[in-house]
Amino acid sequence: MDGLYFWIFAVIAVLASLGVVGQRNPMYSVLLLIVSFGALSGLYVLLNAPFVAAIQIIIYAGAIMVLFLFVVMLLNVPTEDPVKGYHVKLLGGAGPRHFGAVLAVALVAELVWAMSHLRLTAMPESAGTTSSVYQIGLKLFRDYAFAFEATSVLILLAMVGAVILARKEN
Amino acid sequence: MMAFLLENKNFIAQLLLIGFVFQVLQISAAVLVYFERKIAAWAQQRYGPHLVGPSGSLQPIADIVKLMFKEELRPRGADTFLFYLAPILSAAAAFGAFAVVPFGTSTTLFGLLDKPLALEVTDVNVAMLVIFAITSMGVYGVVLAGWSSNSKYSMLGALRSSAQMISYELSYGMSLAAVVMLAGSLSLRSIVDAQAGYWFHVIPKWYVFIQPIGFFIFMTAGVAETNRAPFDFPEAEQELVAGYHTEYSSMSFALFFMAEYINMFTVSAVATDLFLGGWHGPFLPSWLGWAWFLLKVSFLLFFYIWMRWTLPRYRYDQLMEFGWKWLLPMAVINLLATAGIVLGMGW
Amino acid sequence: MLPDATLNQYLILSAVLFSIGTAGVFLRRNLITILLSVEVMLNAVNLTFVAVDRYLGSVEGQIIVFFVMTVAAAEAAVGLAIVIALFRHKDTLNPDAFTSLKW
Repeated sequence: MDGLYFWIFAVIAVLASLGVVGQRNPMYSVLLLIVSFGALSGLYVLLNAPFVAAIQIIIYAGAIMVLFLFVVMLLNVPTEDPVKGYHVKLLGGAGPRHFGAVLAVALVAELVWAMSHLRLTAMPESAGTTSSVYQIGLKLFRDYAFAFEATSVLILLAMVGAVILARKEN
Repeated sequence: MMAFLLENKNFIAQLLLIGFVFQVLQISAAVLVYFERKIAAWAQQRYGPHLVGPSGSLQPIADIVKLMFKEELRPRGADTFLFYLAPILSAAAAFGAFAVVPFGTSTTLFGLLDKPLALEVTDVNVAMLVIFAITSMGVYGVVLAGWSSNSKYSMLGALRSSAQMISYELSYGMSLAAVVMLAGSLSLRSIVDAQAGYWFHVIPKWYVFIQPIGFFIFMTAGVAETNRAPFDFPEAEQELVAGYHTEYSSMSFALFFMAEYINMFTVSAVATDLFLGGWHGPFLPSWLGWAWFLLKVSFLLFFYIWMRWTLPRYRYDQLMEFGWKWLLPMAVINLLATAGIVLGMGW
Repeated sequence: MLPDATLNQYLILSAVLFSIGTAGVFLRRNLITILLSVEVMLNAVNLTFVAVDRYLGSVEGQIIVFFVMTVAAAEAAVGLAIVIALFRHKDTLNPDAFTSLKW
């Protein structure tokens, strides 16, 4: 049963991500990315990580993406600027972008090849999820307390930076 | 077929329960609309609906019939797909959040079932996070409705609502965290069961007595999250016509309308589970716990409606100021104090 | 009935998502879509962490995912603030338009 769910979520995630990249309307890109996040969240549930699945939706889909949506709505630039001079499509056209796309395809080929030659396949039996939030909490606030505090400083800096950058100068 | 039914009684019962919850939520929206109008009338010394059925009690049905037969309008320049997706998202988020809310003790329906059936759609051990996640999805319905309508009033309503919902979500989450700390669990069922019993045989061990500030913050943020007066800025009839759903008509409007009332119901139900001891209460036997649950939820809903018709509306900047400068610091202090007490008392 | 997904399948899925994100960063000419592609890449990495976590039976990977999410939030906030500032000056989101270091 889990195998079927994996394929459903994997296909949704890949198609939605392709949509994000191949879409000219940033509004739809944002929405498709949310769909992709939902699929990934489903995969996290399959991987016995309900905590990550929940915060994936809360933080990514519920907060970060609203920020994106807000900016898209505020700037009101519904579609990408038309291309001047040369025509670029996904995997077509000329210039450094074309080269970059080829590199990305090469990357996926290489990674898939490398991973299909790995020997670590079957997932071990799960140890149960009931205590995973508890364990994450213990680890996070004992072993990784410093990193946690550092991220809070990072968030504060980002907040101050965002306010200063987006402020109207006068 | 009969054998299958008998062998999988619990599965069938679970399916029926899901359908039942779905229906109850839908009906609760209709009932709430009726009571909203009646309470509004009571607050303003009017009669309210009184023509359709006995004391107007069939008014919601008349409203639904009217909405169904209305024409579905779509403004020119609207983004068709998103315009129709938005109300569906709103309603789906409203229904979805209730999926993890427990509303009674486990029951075998007087021995009819082999295994006890938990009175909730599904038991998730991170239920609190799931509720938080699904409610945070509700904002998309509003924002997309505003954007896809291609109307300035809808757009303003949507921008306001996204800012409002995000601002109040922080306080909402912090008040939840304080309760989670006290109960030591993210499962709503364990949180409710932690509130069973009495202090000195009189005072029920409800978290509202330990966490009065948390309860206040939760309800205030809950009102703001559901866009109800006095925080109804996304709609704001006085300034924005009808805010994000200005351009909607017929059943898509009804979906938004229904989502608002179901959200109210969910917030009240979660508040009941978190702060008012869920289905625990005196006098009634434990299998009638759901009656206590319903009673407490009705009380909170009455409070919700009552507040709408008695309190004046805030101004938008006042709302933001209240959310960021008062509610959030209060929630943080409450959380820290709770953490300190839990640590110090060794609960 | 399909067999349960193996670690390799998760890793390959993650590689595919990462490459899609990379391609997006290279191909798009809209600053917002480029930022979104970066988010796709970050999510691909998160998936690897959680999958390997499940394989090894630890929780460290989930903690790293938590940190990645906070960094992503900070990145989105600052990135979008810069996008707004740039849009105010040039009225476009095409990265090719921003060729001067100072104006």
